[in-house]
Amino acid sequence: MATVTDAPKASFRLSMLIYDTRYRSITIQIVVLLLFMAGAAWLVDNTVRNLAALGKDFSFGFLWNRAGYDINQMLVQYTNDSTHGRAMLIGLLNTLLVAFMSCVAATVLGVIIGVLRLSPNWIVGRLTTVYVEMFRNIPVLLWILVAYAIFTEVLPAPNAFRGENPTASMILFDSVALTNRYTAIPDPLFYRSLGNIDVGLFLISLDLLAIIAVITGSVLVNRKLLAHATAVQNATGVRPVTWWKSILVLLVPLALLLIALGFHAERPVLRGFNFTGGLDVSNSLMALWLGLTLYTAAFIAEIVRAGIGAVSRGQTEAAFALGLRPNRTMSLVILPQALRVIVPPLISQYLNITKNSSLAIAVGYMDLRGTLGGITLNQTGRELECVLLMMLIYLAISLMISGAMNVYNNSVKLKER
Amino acid sequence: MSDTHSETVAYVRETMLPQATPPASEVGAIKWLRENLFSGVLNTILTLVGIAAVVWLVQAALPWFLHGVWNANSLPECRQIIAETWGEGAHGACWAVIRERWNQFLFGFYPSDLYWRPVLALALFFAAVAPVLFTELPRKLLWGSAFYPAVAYILLWGGSLWVPISVMAGFGVGWLGLVAARRTNLPLLGPLAAVLLPLIWWLFLAGPVAGMLEDIIPLGVEEVRSDKFGGFVLSLTIGIAAIVLSLPLGIVLALGRRSDMLLVKALSVGFIEFIRGVPLITLLFTASLLLNYFLPPGTNFDIILRVIIMVTLFAAAYIAEVIRGGLAALPRGQYEAADSLGLDYWKAMQLIVLPQALKISIPGIVSTFIGLFKDTTLVIFVGLLDPLKGITDAVRAAIEWKGVYWEPFIFVGAIFFVFNFGMSRYSMYLENKLKRDHR
Repeated sequence: MATVTDAPKASFRLSMLIYDTRYRSITIQIVVLLLFMAGAAWLVDNTVRNLAALGKDFSFGFLWNRAGYDINQMLVQYTNDSTHGRAMLIGLLNTLLVAFMSCVAATVLGVIIGVLRLSPNWIVGRLTTVYVEMFRNIPVLLWILVAYAIFTEVLPAPNAFRGENPTASMILFDSVALTNRYTAIPDPLFYRSLGNIDVGLFLISLDLLAIIAVITGSVLVNRKLLAHATAVQNATGVRPVTWWKSILVLLVPLALLLIALGFHAERPVLRGFNFTGGLDVSNSLMALWLGLTLYTAAFIAEIVRAGIGAVSRGQTEAAFALGLRPNRTMSLVILPQALRVIVPPLISQYLNITKNSSLAIAVGYMDLRGTLGGITLNQTGRELECVLLMMLIYLAISLMISGAMNVYNNSVKLKER
Repeated sequence: MSDTHSETVAYVRETMLPQATPPASEVGAIKWLRENLFSGVLNTILTLVGIAAVVWLVQAALPWFLHGVWNANSLPECRQIIAETWGEGAHGACWAVIRERWNQFLFGFYPSDLYWRPVLALALFFAAVAPVLFTELPRKLLWGSAFYPAVAYILLWGGSLWVPISVMAGFGVGWLGLVAARRTNLPLLGPLAAVLLPLIWWLFLAGPVAGMLEDIIPLGVEEVRSDKFGGFVLSLTIGIAAIVLSLPLGIVLALGRRSDMLLVKALSVGFIEFIRGVPLITLLFTASLLLNYFLPPGTNFDIILRVIIMVTLFAAAYIAEVIRGGLAALPRGQYEAADSLGLDYWKAMQLIVLPQALKISIPGIVSTFIGLFKDTTLVIFVGLLDPLKGITDAVRAAIEWKGVYWEPFIFVGAIFFVFNFGMSRYSMYLENKLKRDHR
């Protein structure tokens, strides 16, 4: 009779740490941890010694010192008497502004080009292919520089708009002037402004708050309206007509508010050698915006094309077989499935835009790198603090965007049963 | 049957008619035009808009290209020639700037009598890469590839031959250590010796040994300092070095991120997410401003080398994410099959998982490479002369070429386009060639 005996209990040998799978992963992890800690300690030790040798300390106190330099574009108030910390905030807001503008414009342009690339039309197909290949394969820095060169070299000077027979003229019904120093656009103003409230860090326009509140209220009411219509449809089978109610609810309160506030757009007018009234948008912002938009739109076009191509033909045919019309097929069947493929890479393109906006350095736009990583760094000589803080801020923006992406991904994930 | 028919049908054709030509609208160019350009109202509008766009572009750009001047010594001279030939007010390109300064765009301020060295280094690079890419070539050629880095260093930077030889000797030292440790039959000693001995060699011995050998037998070629580098020599040096170095690092990071070991995974994730979360410019600033803080006092090494290190780390994080996608796309059965065959982790990865995962990741890896090559233009912001802004600004700084914008941009952009477009087409070809399923 065969007996099963336990394997002889081997006493623990040192070599088991690496040859026995029960212990190996722990051994490796401990070694990795030790190496990592040694490396980190080495870096920190070097840094401390280097700082001591240079007679510097590591502190962020300089953020509360007077900055002493001017910034040409600021979304919230700032003077050269403000602190370095405030200059950093201005830079951050400028970064976010150009990133947001580029994201919106690149998405619009990219979706149009991506859809056109799928068109059976031969000329349009070729043209969009040329666009995509051209912009994808050439560095974005070149596109930003080209846009900047167009704005500064090709466009007329403000004084070209003067005189009886000006050599240049304003576009869009005399409301926008493209010059080689800035782009003058109409400035939205209120005759009966509600004023601003100070929230410590910056002023918030009460007009803006009121507009946002009214729009939010309208959207909520409209949603309720639509929910009611759906409930009626479910109960009776007939959907009440809502489109004119929706338009009324969405537009009338906003229009009333704008009239009450005395909203008007002040056009730029040529006085002397310059445009006054209106907003002067610096050419560096315009060039950065244009360059980032054109470049990223090429990538977004490819993403959109791939996303629509990823929905199998059977889905369209099934929808047609169910009797859905082409419009409804697109909105109910194809788009929801295509969006699941499109949105994650789209958001990573938004991330890329945010990071590429640091190329502002090439055109002198005062973004986060221009203020904190540029003038502040040079004035205070605190490379370590400035660069680390800058990295941390970019990292925080990136993590927030990718966090939002993960939430979206989880909500549209295929629920497999 | 024929009887009944003969009464109702008056005439029956008995011979075949010769085949008629199809209607004009169904053949040739007209059919193609109808189907591809004018198949509906929307399509017709699109076609017309497209044609208008092409006409407008050609009208705007073609005269400028055609009026181009190739022989001139300065921009004003160019403009004068154009005005004389094509009349006052005519626009034209001044290609003379490219003709006169092309060597600067390609080589930066590299000494002109040594131009053959970067060119040879690039040619040898293709020779060294060939046995890695094409498995049909004899395997012995891989030894040549292994020595390529030292050869490239000597060709690009020059200086004493003993420095790269001494650095390469570190690998030999490691191998000797491994062989010696195997003899002793002690476990653990082999890998330990293979890692520690080269480190000791590089940190403490390589420099003095090279210096000593140089004193005994001076062997060297003319040295070219890093500040002479510029243009596409710089871009390609940084780009190729970072591409080659980032691929293995990226694979290690991807495996680390998918590892079961918590600590390894956490470190990999932290590294990848950090690098991917910050712009390359901040990393380049780290290379130029902060590395002096992080390294032992008194260390000062070459700015190009620092930039290569940072760009490598940057690209490795992106490649790691691409390869992670490939690893995740591989069916679970492949991992389980490898396990059931009794392969250990490294064998399973090397023989089963990685070949398939890398194949899936090829398009992503190549597009990372393309992005990396495009990003080499950012080195201008740490003071290196990239072809796009650095050299262009240097050319414009000369009084005779002041104000020349479009020609350098077109020239540099075209070269980038050729490189990157070529790479992306090659990856598409490779993807098709390696496709094994759905045949």
